[in-house]
Amino acid sequence: MKSRKIALYGLFIALAFIFSYIESLFPIPFPVPGIKLGLANLVVIIVIYGIGVKEAFVLSMIRILLVGFTFRDPSTLIFSFAGGFLSWLMMTVFLKLKLFSMVGVSIIGGIAHNIGQIIVAIIYVNNMGMLYYLPVLMVSGVISGTLIGILAAVILKRLTKFINN
Amino acid sequence: MKKNDFYLLGSIIILIAVGFLLMQLFKNEGSRLIVTIDGKEYMSFYLNEDTTYKIEHDDGEWNTFEIRDGYVKMIDASCPDKLCVKQGKAHYTNERITCLPNGVVLEIFGGEESDLDAIAE
Repeated sequence: MKSRKIALYGLFIALAFIFSYIESLFPIPFPVPGIKLGLANLVVIIVIYGIGVKEAFVLSMIRILLVGFTFRDPSTLIFSFAGGFLSWLMMTVFLKLKLFSMVGVSIIGGIAHNIGQIIVAIIYVNNMGMLYYLPVLMVSGVISGTLIGILAAVILKRLTKFINN
Repeated sequence: MKKNDFYLLGSIIILIAVGFLLMQLFKNEGSRLIVTIDGKEYMSFYLNEDTTYKIEHDDGEWNTFEIRDGYVKMIDASCPDKLCVKQGKAHYTNERITCLPNGVVLEIFGGEESDLDAIAE
């Protein structure tokens, strides 16, 4: 790995980490678990498109681990991992399918994030009734996915030169 | 944005709307509260009997909820995020209050109002 690439990784991980921190300062006044803006996903989707899917996976997992042990209760780690993984997986699949632009892929990622968390919640409390929260969480996933996708497209356009140099 | 993005957005919004609509259609006055812990039924209560109950878990954690005027509310809990307390009141069937850290689900069911009716039949 070239030192430039290492530095770039460090930069993106730090950025995702800071975004998670900023988000933890402003809790969303909505009492359903799992509703977040997901600012850190902005970094994940930019890395997916700008560098590569494998790199984005590593970044996402490291970020979750760091955030889980600092700003959140480590018991929530399993939810973050499930959401982060499913989100990354679905974004990767739909990126390869080339059906949607970055915004569409980001929307899919946002919803997949919440579905991953619901799946863990169903297993965790052993109650299928957790699906009751699905519509509300999907609203959250669509809104955050759309905003993050639009932002990411704008930012990536300006970053491409910097990343590929 | 591509055309497909709008199709995606549109179909997801329709899906969500149908989800909410179905939830509204199958909404009924609740009459019973069933408390499950880690998926196992722990206790059941009637919504027409006002009470306050403290669930004490083996690991020292606890959840306190209140039934008043047909509504259930988590008053306090030992969990760190207190999301269960912030979830407010539940009254209609299928409404629920979940405390993920403690594995507690307060779930509303319909059916008969009290034990007496069931015995009379």
